[in-house]
Amino acid sequence: MKKISRRLFVEGTGAGIVAVAIPLEGQAQSAPAAPTTASNAPKTTIKLTINGQQRSMEVEDRWTLVEVLRDHLQLTGTKIGCDRGECGACTVLVNGKAVYSCSQLAVWMDGRTVQTIEGLAQGTKLDPLQTAFIEHDAPQCGYCTSGQLMAAKALLNSNPKPTREEVRAGMTGNLCRCSNYNHYVEAVMAAAGTLKSGGAA
Amino acid sequence: MKSLRNVNPKSFQEAARTLAADPKAMAVGGGSDLLQLLKEHTIAPDTLVNLKAIGGQDKIETHGNTLSIGALATLDSISHHAEVRQKYAVLAEAAGQVATPQIRNAGTIAGNVMQRPWCWYYRNNFPCYKNGGNTCFSITGENDFHAIFGGGPSFIVHPSDTAPALVALGARFKIQGANGTREVAAADFFQPPTVNPAKENSLAAGEVLTEITIPAPAKGTRSTYLKILDREAWTHAVVGVAAVLEMDGAMCKSARVVLSGVAPIPWRVPAVEQILAGQRITEDLLVRAGEKAVEGARPLAKNAYKVPLLRASVKQALRTASGVSA
Repeated sequence: MKKISRRLFVEGTGAGIVAVAIPLEGQAQSAPAAPTTASNAPKTTIKLTINGQQRSMEVEDRWTLVEVLRDHLQLTGTKIGCDRGECGACTVLVNGKAVYSCSQLAVWMDGRTVQTIEGLAQGTKLDPLQTAFIEHDAPQCGYCTSGQLMAAKALLNSNPKPTREEVRAGMTGNLCRCSNYNHYVEAVMAAAGTLKSGGAA
Repeated sequence: MKSLRNVNPKSFQEAARTLAADPKAMAVGGGSDLLQLLKEHTIAPDTLVNLKAIGGQDKIETHGNTLSIGALATLDSISHHAEVRQKYAVLAEAAGQVATPQIRNAGTIAGNVMQRPWCWYYRNNFPCYKNGGNTCFSITGENDFHAIFGGGPSFIVHPSDTAPALVALGARFKIQGANGTREVAAADFFQPPTVNPAKENSLAAGEVLTEITIPAPAKGTRSTYLKILDREAWTHAVVGVAAVLEMDGAMCKSARVVLSGVAPIPWRVPAVEQILAGQRITEDLLVRAGEKAVEGARPLAKNAYKVPLLRASVKQALRTASGVSA
């Protein structure tokens, strides 16, 4: 019998590393995707591009971006940790830049391009960061991982060959309660091809 | 979150008129601070005036001898701007050390200088001066991170890293009101709690900060921002030093030194500037500057550690800014 290692388990479940969007094609290409607005709350119809798909939807003005992603678009790979712009679990890319999606109102996203963890893999082909995260045991509990991946993605988009210090600085906005920071740094450097062999975690 | 309405103004004037007409409306830039205050029920606006919707107000440009920074320029864009890094290093360094990459991508220069204090009593909705009450709980309470200069009746420290850099650079703030514009020196924009303990600056209801201008520094100017944290990253300055020195070789012709983390406003220290002016930078001069910086400090029960920390930080920042290995 094949021994089950932690790594195989993580690969098998993709805990936090791979999130697959439930297809929404029939539901929300242009029609309002949010049936649960309170009747008298101010609402606005916004257009935005999420993971390459153009969407038009009616949102309550008070909804944050992460609420819309999770509660109304079923993109639950993005996590809510502190909901106060402090922990980084909700990190997504807006127009290519990492932001805390708990600290943006969805209504401010009108006309913007949003990339979430669900948009990181190309079909069944994992992003090199996702592969490196698995190979380097980057997640422990996995809760912060999708945010860590998106912060890393933004970092490598602007700086494809970062030094260790640059990776550490680029990831300061993402807390990990398992304190697996060294593995995250190793994984990002491996994905960037800047990991020197023999580098201890 | 409470119900609210977002409005997208087409101009700063329209934003100012909306704000002036509706006392329950608030302007919002990057939104990081405002949404946190909203979620904690510290503030309760009914309307948010989304300044980002105006568009084109995030530019960083040179007009003649003046650098112009749009109010909506992000901290990230300022920290990476080539000319800012070269000629206004203190500002690039301050912007680049704010919080985290995510906050710097969203956060604007106007929002950074106008963020509310991070005093834990204010943020936990104690009925303090900042929350409309008539006391400051830090005086007899947990005051580890509070003011050692200029305190009273509120003892908050001003939370901005870029504000002391802007004061040190002699920046000017352009402000739009419902019925016109005004301009104020950065140093005069910030107001001590003796003026109004509920506020940190002179922005009136119905006004918005629209642009920051900075005069070209004199030839030979070198500058730096030193930020001391109680951990390696992701917090506010326990002590900060913005130092702008006009140098001629090892000679300091003139200096502007403004502190963060120690007072309710960006805290300029003219006594330090005076002993530097016209002097060669030496180890002895830096030691005396550090001593001068802490003169008159009045620490509370739990923040006396800031005094030696500040003394050493001023010395270190001046050494770095001067480029002299004294």
